[in-house]
Parts: sequence; C-alpha cells; structure tokens
Amino acid sequence: MHDRKYDAGADDLDAFAQERRRVLKLMAAAAAMAGGACSGPPPEKIVPYVDTPEQSLPGKPLFYATATRLSGYGTGVLVEANEGRPTKVEGNPLHPASLGATDVFSQAAVLQLWDPARSQTPLRDGRVATWDEFLLDTENGLRELDASRGDGLFVLTGAVCSPTLQSQLEALHSRYPGMRWHQYDPLHRDNELRGSELAFGRAVDTRYSFDRARVVLSLDADVVSAAPHSVRYAHDLASLRRPHADRMSRLYALESFPGLIGARADHRVALPPADIERFAFRLGRDLGVAPAVVGDSPAPSFEKALVDDLLAAGAAALVLPGPAMPPRVHALVHAINHRLGGQGQTFEHTPPVAFKPVANVESIRTLADAMRAGRVRMLVILEGNPVYDAPADLEFAARLRTVARSVHLSAYADETSAYCRWHLPRVHEFEQWSDVRAFDGTASIVQPIIAPLYGGHSAHELLNVLLRSGAAAHDTVRGVWQRTFGNTDQDERWRTALRDGVIANTRAAAVTLAPELAESIFSNPPPPVDLAINFVADQSVRDGEFANNAWLQELPRSMSKLTWDNAAYVSPSTAARLKIASGDEVELRRAGRTVRAGVWVLPNHADDCVTVPLGYGRTRAGPVGDGIGFDAYRLRTLDAPWHGSVELIRTGAQRLLVTTQHHSRMEGRDLVRTATLAQFARNPQFATDEEIEKVPEHTLYPDRPYDGYKWGMAIDLNACIGCNACTIACQAENNIPVVGKEQVLRGREMHWIRVDRYFHDHDSGVDFQPVPCMHCEHAPCEEVCPVGATVHDSQGLNVQVYNRCVGTRFCSNNCPYKVRRFNFLQYVDRTQESLKALRNPDVTVRERGVMEKCSYCIQRIQRGRIEAERLGRKLRDGEVVTACQAACPAQAISFGDLNDPGSAVRAAKASPRNYALLAELNTRPRTTYLARVINPRPDDTEE
Amino acid sequence: MAQVFDRGLVLALKIGTLVAIALTATLLVSWRWSIDYPNAQGAPPQQPLPFSHQHHVRDDGIDCRYCHSGVEKSAFAGMPGSNVCLTCHSQLFRDSPAFAPLHASARTGRRLQWTRVNDLPDFVYFDHSAHVSHGVPCKECHGRIDQMPLTARARSLEMQWCLSCHRNPGGHLVSPAAVFDMNAQLPASRAERRAQLAHYDVLSRKWLTDCSTCHR
Repeated sequence: MHDRKYDAGADDLDAFAQERRRVLKLMAAAAAMAGGACSGPPPEKIVPYVDTPEQSLPGKPLFYATATRLSGYGTGVLVEANEGRPTKVEGNPLHPASLGATDVFSQAAVLQLWDPARSQTPLRDGRVATWDEFLLDTENGLRELDASRGDGLFVLTGAVCSPTLQSQLEALHSRYPGMRWHQYDPLHRDNELRGSELAFGRAVDTRYSFDRARVVLSLDADVVSAAPHSVRYAHDLASLRRPHADRMSRLYALESFPGLIGARADHRVALPPADIERFAFRLGRDLGVAPAVVGDSPAPSFEKALVDDLLAAGAAALVLPGPAMPPRVHALVHAINHRLGGQGQTFEHTPPVAFKPVANVESIRTLADAMRAGRVRMLVILEGNPVYDAPADLEFAARLRTVARSVHLSAYADETSAYCRWHLPRVHEFEQWSDVRAFDGTASIVQPIIAPLYGGHSAHELLNVLLRSGAAAHDTVRGVWQRTFGNTDQDERWRTALRDGVIANTRAAAVTLAPELAESIFSNPPPPVDLAINFVADQSVRDGEFANNAWLQELPRSMSKLTWDNAAYVSPSTAARLKIASGDEVELRRAGRTVRAGVWVLPNHADDCVTVPLGYGRTRAGPVGDGIGFDAYRLRTLDAPWHGSVELIRTGAQRLLVTTQHHSRMEGRDLVRTATLAQFARNPQFATDEEIEKVPEHTLYPDRPYDGYKWGMAIDLNACIGCNACTIACQAENNIPVVGKEQVLRGREMHWIRVDRYFHDHDSGVDFQPVPCMHCEHAPCEEVCPVGATVHDSQGLNVQVYNRCVGTRFCSNNCPYKVRRFNFLQYVDRTQESLKALRNPDVTVRERGVMEKCSYCIQRIQRGRIEAERLGRKLRDGEVVTACQAACPAQAISFGDLNDPGSAVRAAKASPRNYALLAELNTRPRTTYLARVINPRPDDTEE
Repeated sequence: MAQVFDRGLVLALKIGTLVAIALTATLLVSWRWSIDYPNAQGAPPQQPLPFSHQHHVRDDGIDCRYCHSGVEKSAFAGMPGSNVCLTCHSQLFRDSPAFAPLHASARTGRRLQWTRVNDLPDFVYFDHSAHVSHGVPCKECHGRIDQMPLTARARSLEMQWCLSCHRNPGGHLVSPAAVFDMNAQLPASRAERRAQLAHYDVLSRKWLTDCSTCHR
C-alpha cells in the first residue's frame, strides 16, 4: 500500500535528483563558458600624432578659458580637455559671473556637447540635405531680397549679448534696411525692462551688490537660481551670511513657489503672486514712496520688523523684484531702493548689456502678425524654439508653416525645425568662435575646444552667409575686437583675452538715475483670482533647452526632490481644499486650453496657487527628453506670461512621479542643527552641546595614526543654498551614470553627493544638507566587506576598490549615511562612442555588480600629489580641490589636509559650529558639518 | 531490474570520467594561462615597422626622452609623432621599404598604429612621471631595452610583481642622473638602499601599498 508520506518524500527526492542534474549541467556549461568567454584582453594600440601639436602632453589635461551661455548672457568657464576631448567644466575665477564656481548648466554642458542625439545634418523639409544645397537655396532667396532691399527678411534671436552678433545684425540691417529683427526668449525679462522704462523713462539694467546689502527683501525674486547672474549673486549673498554678530545680513522673502532664496531667508512667507504685488504697494506706502495701497493686501507677521529693518539699514538695504512681478512693481521697487539710498552701494544702474532689448512678448506677437499677413518672405531663426515655447494663443506653428523660406539654426532637430523649410545643426559653445557679455557687461571670447563633431555652423557663420561674406567665424570675431583693441599690442591683447577668459575694462559703466513714478501705476489693483497659475523655469531643463540632458533630468529638484518630471505644485492646504494628493492627475484649464499634469503637494508653497515648471512635454527634444512631464507652455498666453487664473479638475487617473527623498522632516532628530544669531552669541557651542554626552569616548578599534596627509572635509550648512551644482559636478568628474526614472523609483540613483532637504516641523524653514561619503575613521562598511574591497588607505580615505568588489552590498547595508551606490544593472553605456569620449580618463568606469561612492576625488589628490613630489615638495593647501568644492557658488565646502595647521579645512573644523552627522554611532566621520545660524529679527518675547 | 553494467565497467567508467574532467580542467587552465596577455613576455608583437631600440639606444646613444618626451611630466611616457622620427629619417634610410609606413603616415596624415607592448588593465593608473621622479630606472620595468632589436615585454606586469617593488623599493632605486642609464648600478648594500630611500623621501612606505595609489 502506498504511504502518502513516503510517496510525497519520493517525489521530493525525485525533484531533488532532477535539480542535482540540472545543477551539474549548468555547472559544466558555466565552466565551459567561463573558459570560452575569457579570451584575454584585446591587444591595444598606441596611436601617436603625425605632427605633435604644441603644448600637448598626452596624459595631462589642458584648460581653455571660454564661456557658456544662459538666456544669451555668458558665464566664464575653464574647459578641461583630455587629449583634445572636453570632459569637464570648471568656473573661471577671473570672470565676474563665475568667480571660479559654476551652475548646473555649465557642468552639464559637456554632456550637451557629446549628446549623440544632437542634430548632425542639415534638413530640408525634414529630409537630409547638405550645407551646399542650403547655400544655393539661400542665394536664390537673397536675390529676391536684394530687389526688395530686404523687405520680407525677418530674423529671430534671443537676447543678443554677443558684440560680434550685434555688429553682424547691424551690418545686415544696413545692407537690407527693410529687414526686421525680433527677439524672443520664453524666460524673458519684459517686466524688468518695462519697469525701468516706467521708472526712468529708459531701459536700464540693475545689478546688485549683495556683499554690501545688510537687509534684503525678495519679492518672488529667486536671484540665486538658474539665471545668468545666479552664481555670482549666490557667492556675494553667502559672504554676508557667515555668522558674525554685526556683519550678518538679514533676508526676508515673499514667494509663491518655494525657491532657494526663500530657503535661506530668515523670515519668509508664501503668498500667491497677486498678494505679493499688493504687498509691494503696501510696503511702498509704508516707506513713503507710494501714495496709497493698491487694493487689499495681506500683512505678513514680520511687516513691521521688515519696515524698521529696511529703514534702519538705509543705503545697505535692498529690495528685489522678481522677474514675474508686473512692470509697475519693478518701477515701485526702483523708487523704494532709491528712497533707501543704496544707489552706488547695494545696486547700480547700467545701460542694458543686451543689444537693443525689446519686450519679447510684443516682439514675437508682431512677428506672428507679419507671418499671418504674409509679409514674411524669409525667416531666419538663429536661436530658440518658438513652435514649442511661444505664447500658445499665437498659434506660432500654423503661422510658421505659411512662410516660404524659413531657416532654423538649432542644436537639435526640434519642434520648430519640423515646421521650417531648413533646419541647420548649430555647433556647441565648445565648438565655435564667438564672444559674449556677462550680466554685468564683461565680455569674454568664446573659443573652440574641439572641431565641430558633426559639421554644424554657428550663428555668426549663418549671418555671414546672409551677408555674403566669406569670412570664417574666427576672423569675424577677431575683426570686431580689432576695432576695440586698436592697433597697438593687437595680438597681445587678443591672446590675453583668450587666456584670461575675460576682456579687461568691458564691465558696463554705471549711470546715476532718479526714478519718477507716474500716478497711473497706483490704480487698478490686480483682479482677484480663485486659483492662480504660476509659470516658472524648471530648475533643471530651464525653458526646455536642456530637456535632452540626462544628467539634468535625473538631478533632483531642490525642493521637491522630483526627478525626470515636472509637476503641478500646490500647497498642502490647497491640496486638501481641492481634494487632491501627490500623484493625482489633474486637468488644468485656462483660456480654453487644457493640459493634464501630475500633482505634487509641496510644503511651503503658497495657497490658492498652482506652480507649473516650463520645459517639459517636449515632442522632439531627443530620446531622453521626449514625452516626459507636461507642456505648461500650452497654458501660457500673451496676456499671462507668468501669472493668471486657472481651473483645476481631477481626472481620477494617477501619474507616476519619482522622488529621491521620501521623507522630508527630521522628526526631532538633529541632522541639521540650527540656532539664531542671538543663541549662537550666547552659546557658540550649541551644535555639540548635547553631543558630548552622546558620543562614546571609548572604542574597541585602535586609533590609526596618519602622519602624512590626512584629508578631511567640512560643509558649511549656513552657506549651502541647495543649488545641486555639487551633485552634477561630481557626476561629471567621476563618470557617474544616470539610471533613468524607473530605477530612481527603486531608489537606485547613483549620485555620490546628494543634497538632503528637510522642511521644519514648526515653521516654514528649509534646510539643505549635502551628503557625500563621510570617510569615517571607524567605517562600518569596512567591517562587513568579505573581500576587503573597501579599506582605509594611509591618508585616511575610505577607498572603494572596484576590481576587488564582488557586489555583496553588505557595505551599503551597513552604512548609516546611505551614501554607497550600487550598479544594479549595466548603467554605463558601453556602446555609444561619443559618450566614451565624455568620460574622465582618470576615473575607472564601473561595471554592473560593483559598489561605488564618493572618493574625495582621489584622482585629483593623486594628480596633485605626484606633481608636488615631482617638484620635491609637499602639497599646499588649496592645491587639491574636489569637484563639488570647485563648483559650489557659495563656497560651502572646504577640503584639505587636517595635518596642515594652516589649512582652510582645519580652520573650518575648529569652528564651534562644527559637528558630525550621527556622531552617536561613533563612526568618527572625516566629513563634518558647520551648523546653521540664522539671523531673524530678535523677537520682543525673547530675552 | 538487473544491473546493466558490471562493477568493473562502472569503476572504469568512473575513473575515465574523472580523468576526462581533470584533463579538460588542465587544458582550460593552461589555455587560459597562455592567453593571459596578448603579447607574451619576451615575444615581440607585430609592429607597423620593425623599430629597433637596440639600434637607437645602444648604437646611436639617443636619450629615452628624445622620443618619450612625457616620461618626466606625465602619466603617459609619450610616443613620438611621425614628425619626430622624420627629424632623422627624412634623410636616413629614406628609400628602405621598411620605412614606407612612416613616410606614408607623414604624407597622408594617417597615424601609425603601434601595438602596445606593456599593457596594464584599465583600472590601474600607472604614472611614469611619479616613478621617474623617484629614481626608478627605465630598465627596472622595461628590461634591457638597449638589447632588444624588437621590443618585447620584459616583466610579467602582474600585481604581485608591482607590489614586490612597492613593498620594498630600496633595491630598485638609482640616483636621478642614472634613471635613463641602461647600465645603472642598483644599490647593493643595505646602507646604499637606505640612502636611496632617504633621498627620495620614501622611508615611510605605507602609502606605496595603498589600493588608492594605483586604483581609482
């Protein structure tokens, strides 16, 4: 009789036998394949030059000074070229918009250069064509224009801050007097321009000196984020934020969408845009420049303190109007600032840096009207993507289709290219000769680092075609500067300009003005809106220009920590009122147009207001940027370039939004330690007071002596503005791959330095905390690695040895700071040739199955060390600069040798604010933090 | 069911199988061993033209740095461009067929493709300048290059070999003037070795065996 029990057992045994055979078979196959697959390394070639170029020394990078552009304005950079390949961007210390630091866009410029999705050939009606065919076709067009003296020739650009482009446009205009020149940049400065016209009767630029401003009020002006002046302003602002009893500035911020300056502010309040506008007038009245309030206005709790502070600071006070504030607010703020008396001290007016600035919205509308009227015979778009980003009610695409001869010069064959007769690939900044002015007027020569990868032409070359000039771009640029340099020392001055990256004495001179306000600006309060819409530039892709840049796409946005997406941001209470939650899909309706968006509920956001970042919902950005997020431009109309009213309807569907930080509060822990200036004065040791009891003095592990170098880092949380420049600089320096939205969802992003963001529990404060590897003296990761792949070296670095790592992930599991990153899949693209050229040759490219993490830029330490030893000396302080440290606009990061008594990092660590993250674990991290000190106005209730 | 095979046959089969496995394993291992490096130690690989270090170094007495100009300044010693070869060979041996690739390269601008003789894995960051500035003579790694009509790899270049010197560099260092000298005398006595270590400031050798010294 069958016993069920044994039967079952026999079945199991059978199964086991099957399994055993299978295992043996697999083992045999694996052994055979292991033998077969190991064919040894392929023989490598050494390919020397035929004619070795001067100054080239294979194995050593060269740095070239040039400039990157943002909205037309330049930022000076030094581009590192390894064997002629641009691989990394550093700031140019001599350039006023950089001072050695960079923003995220400059860092990402190298990926933009090597992006395989860049347009590689001219297109005629969407079909591959040649440059010669274009020349022929254009010549026919030009002949018609010759007859009409240029009637029907239209040129569209952004802001023109290139002296060469300016002179070419002037030349074109004198050859074709009937030519019309239009300007459009979706992130235009129309309000600023109109505001200065209202106040002074002429267009002027205003530049600020934050290093002299003791009290700053921002009216929705996030001056440290994603603008051409951001790096410089962040630097200056940070210089007065060091905790010093009588030298620390005080920041007030009113904002709709929580921005970086609001996160730094000592007092901030979130208000919808119209309320900020009303408050500006109320402040004007309080300060005696406005006759009356304009409409009802909310009163932030700090209003009286603010007025007192501004009046007390006088000439050292500064009020900033945001670019989205209407012109009359700009005019009013001019009057306020002049009343406070800061002209020449905290701010200066200069003639506009851009050549003939015009109101962009008006300009693109006129162009659309001309197209509708059939007056456009030839349209040359030198810059921009108007089909995608022009005001929605212009129907730009439909108008453009009617133009007989349209030419679009752009880096990608994008939305506008699809509607133009000709698309021409534009060369990258690092492939062309040009010049550009910074926000303060300082000019730089843009020099090529590499020959154009895909042919391609610059705006100067295209204009030379229209001018029928055979000159190369280099000669055109040189010719323009020849006139400035004069005849003496011509060559020398040109070479100096190239080497320095700035041209001396080109900063715009200040003009002294006095504002006069017309009565009319005080009438008509802004109409009340039930739900306001607030268009902002996306922190990563800006207006959409950087949509195909995977580094920027994966960079978590400072506040929401969202990646790979935009979202309709609302405040928690508005979300509750509208019964929506993060991830819900909603339909946004305004002026008969609708867009579907995912919702993200963001603390610190203004109530009754929806913020929609621009730059998403692209259809022809490239394989990276296509089809992600929603296109907010479709709601942006002529009458509402920044603000308007909107209807929000829940669709019931869900959108997958991916964030890198799932918990936003510290829950009473002291990860970021903060005190007010008064508390700090009373107790400088506030950051470590309680810790002394918590940190165990004794340890089972022996203390290791470090008699040579002993590297350490200190991060000043008071300076950090949360701009992410460190994260992306690290990505560029250390060959860190992007993983994509789906992998980020699984928590597998690879950033070696992340910026944690915490919302305060009880007030609207925000803290940022960059977290790289702590290089613990007692590193928990090292204790658990079974193969010794993570060990301490003699300089005290916790090093990760990729060739030893077998991928157990024990180390990551045991790391209390969660800074170790694992290559779960083959993230590095090994096939794309152009991306190979992008990589830093000094850093190993990691494969699937390998753990990685911040190395304190070991390659930079070793390079410096070898160089110093070659010269027979020790490294000096400041000779080794990590990538994150170099990029930081606020100079929050100091790094150096802890054994060097004069090192900056040692001075930083000697600060009473110095504390270790999770010190109670006794990991003894080499990376420490300087606690944050804020400077709110002392409360009457506080003793 | 009756046994298909008798005991003796089963034993023979078992032994046969084991022998076969052992043989396969040995074959695999020895084959793997033989293909470890593309160019075996001591065997010169095929090059575009039969360049002789023996002739240039021993017979002509040309300094290493004339062609390998980066060796004191860069990680990469540098390979001479065709124009460097042509400083002499635009005149000498102009019509020799062996030089055809060189002249073709100069004429067409197409670069010569030399096969790398001393190849390290890509995760190893060897730096020539660091070794030269610390008195490691060329011949310690490249062997008697002046006696090689065709260039071959002289050392195993395995990590063990690197470490043998990194652990105990004293016996491998020469005075700065003798680095490029093929006949340089290595320090023989303990005192001499110590003097060299002191001269190059490597008395503390801990960092020489750090992982991070060669791997980044």
